[in-house]
Amino acid sequence: MGESHAHHEKPGLLASWFSVDHKVIGIQYAVTALLFLFFGFTLMMLMRWQLAFPGEALPFGGLLGDSRMPGGIMLPEFYNQLGAMHGTIMVFLGVVPLAVGGFGNFVVPLQIGAPDMAFPRLNMMSYHLYFWGGVVMLSSFFVPGGSAQSGWTSYPPLSNIAGSGQTWWVFGMLFLIMSSLLGAINFIVTIVQLRAPGMTFWRLPFFVWAQFVTSFLLLLAFPAMQAAGVMQLMDRLAGTSFFMPEGLIVSGQAIANTGGGSPILWQHLFWFLAHPEVYVLILPALGIVGEVVANNTRKPLYGYKALVYSVLFVGFMSFIVWAHHMFITGMGTMMSAFFQTTTMIISIPSVVILTCLLLSLWGASIRFNTAMMFALAFIPMFGIGGLTGLPLGLASSDIHLHDTYYVIGHFHYVVAPGTIFALFAGVYYWYPKATGRYLSEKLGRIHFWPSLIFINGIFFPMLIQGLHGVQRRLFDGGQIYAHAQEVLHLNKVMSFSAWGLAIAQIPFIINFFMSLKGGAKAPDNAWQATTLEWLAPSPPPHGNFATVPTVYHGPYEYSVPGMEEDFLPQYVAGNVSSEA
Amino acid sequence: MSTTVIPYTTEIRPDTGVNNVKLGIWLFLASEIMLFGSLFAGYILLRTGNPEFGAGSGALSVPMATLNTVVLITSSVTMVLAWAAAMEQNFAKFRLYMGCTVMAGAVFLVVKGFEYSAKFEHHLYPSHSTFMAIYFTFTGLHALHVIVGMGYNAYLWIPGSKMFHSNPQQFANRVEASGLFWHFVDLVWIFLFPILYLLPDAAS
Repeated sequence: MGESHAHHEKPGLLASWFSVDHKVIGIQYAVTALLFLFFGFTLMMLMRWQLAFPGEALPFGGLLGDSRMPGGIMLPEFYNQLGAMHGTIMVFLGVVPLAVGGFGNFVVPLQIGAPDMAFPRLNMMSYHLYFWGGVVMLSSFFVPGGSAQSGWTSYPPLSNIAGSGQTWWVFGMLFLIMSSLLGAINFIVTIVQLRAPGMTFWRLPFFVWAQFVTSFLLLLAFPAMQAAGVMQLMDRLAGTSFFMPEGLIVSGQAIANTGGGSPILWQHLFWFLAHPEVYVLILPALGIVGEVVANNTRKPLYGYKALVYSVLFVGFMSFIVWAHHMFITGMGTMMSAFFQTTTMIISIPSVVILTCLLLSLWGASIRFNTAMMFALAFIPMFGIGGLTGLPLGLASSDIHLHDTYYVIGHFHYVVAPGTIFALFAGVYYWYPKATGRYLSEKLGRIHFWPSLIFINGIFFPMLIQGLHGVQRRLFDGGQIYAHAQEVLHLNKVMSFSAWGLAIAQIPFIINFFMSLKGGAKAPDNAWQATTLEWLAPSPPPHGNFATVPTVYHGPYEYSVPGMEEDFLPQYVAGNVSSEA
Repeated sequence: MSTTVIPYTTEIRPDTGVNNVKLGIWLFLASEIMLFGSLFAGYILLRTGNPEFGAGSGALSVPMATLNTVVLITSSVTMVLAWAAAMEQNFAKFRLYMGCTVMAGAVFLVVKGFEYSAKFEHHLYPSHSTFMAIYFTFTGLHALHVIVGMGYNAYLWIPGSKMFHSNPQQFANRVEASGLFWHFVDLVWIFLFPILYLLPDAAS
């Protein structure tokens, strides 16, 4: 320690595992998160079997054991476990670690011209807390009674009286919360303190701004869940009644507790985290799309300042909209009026962001590479997700739509073809920086088009089912309800689309591993881009830059008039008229 | 193992006016405020929503809590003196005041331990009532913070104090960060004392 000479030999496996280099940690995060994404997706594919063919035996399903699928027929308890764990894994172990831990870690220090994160060892600790939180979550499948099964929202009293898997869930969450808090502190300090000379706040790439606001959301929203988690642990292990009402009767048995608690308290604390969490899912995705769009339209991002102000405003507003998840708790019209007003207000900056991205395309000679295809698909997909959210934000229409498949369709449009498509765009865009080689464009197209079609095949029918009043979390997909009969056939459409989507990921997996050795070699500035990460060698060595870069202008100086090349990197001095 | 030199870990960045450690600890305290703030929100909601909330609150010992309040405030003063000594490069004074701070933390925990065991003797467990639940959760979480703060102070006091001579500026920064955390733990107690011990039963 203490010396700063760079070694270039390959470090051992153990040394990589305990690496303090932000790029290694970023890749660790990304790979772990991708594995969790595929695992969470697998859970959902099992659920889709039950929904398409209720009560029928899944071939080889019996291998999962008699406590889960005896003879291949799914038990309702197992269905509930799959539902709860699918949500938890996708949000807390998949998307957030990939968007923030993976891309944030890898890209942010490079884009601001820093040698590493501000606290490298803390960064390593964040990853390890995340990893062990994931292990705890996965282990819960093997405890008696199985994993958590009260939904990813874990509403009490149901979650309080659930089996021991729920305790594991809370412990897993506490690990993940600690990991996120340490990570958030690290990001904010890095962005504020380690910007290279000349890198003023108004010269930060949009992706860095998005990560900056995201970090504040993690920092200030997660502690509410931490408090709620501690209280739920007390309820479950010490017999307290924070969330337990008086005189609760379950299956004809009175529950022995003092009562006097409030199940609604959990909902408030949970959603105080979980609504900003929605923006934690979406802001880094918007950041990635901004980078990819600017690079592939070869012109400055439209309304850079409007984008930044919008992101800041969204971040602030996201703290005062949480109770729009709770319109049917009987919280009264005054409260409903307040929260539906704030919800309508927060949609304005979201539309500004989307409009800026859309207007950036105007008059551009667009490069249609795979990264750009995913980024372009993101815009309408996120648009559908956002617009379908408006009826849910208004109390009167939400009463009809609450807890139906419409809600599921809405937030999956935001997160799946929205955020996850943006994350794919990020993988295609920054892969050459991380490995020195391009991903195959041909396999990229084979990945993109079927993914786009199948993902809409999954989520659009959900909106239709929801409008017919089909409830979410039904073990049989609504078979026993008269009002669901008209739209039951859509269950098969969605299930086959889900399995098709899984097959569509095969070219991506092949591409990801084959290109490590066989991909076309990429130069350091693989996309003729302007931001600082492209100055560093690909892959960048420990410490990133040979000399500290100096920044001369804003992040998106593309097609500057009078220049020979159509891009002017931030690290190259030059005359720019549109100086911020 | 090669390491990269991270700028502004010790020295202040001119345009932001802080070093990394100081900004980091303030951000951490912001999240801690949200954690205890959420518990306070829970306290308010449960107290106003339940007429029998206060059952058992009369059993708490105000004299013991008063003693602990005095002990914690004193430790905050010695903490500042320890930091000042580190800034002045006076090692003997630093050792003395840091020792006092660590000892005060220990006294606080011992008194708290007596309080807890007195409650258990009267069969007042967290499951007794909502008040007892919130009392044990709040004070238990606070005690955990006292243990962490005390642990780090103890590290700076004896084994970590080698840095006092090798890198005085960085060492003083560490004492300052630890002090900020310690003052925060103290401040939380200043809020806990009245709402748990001094407020009368909601029912009365």
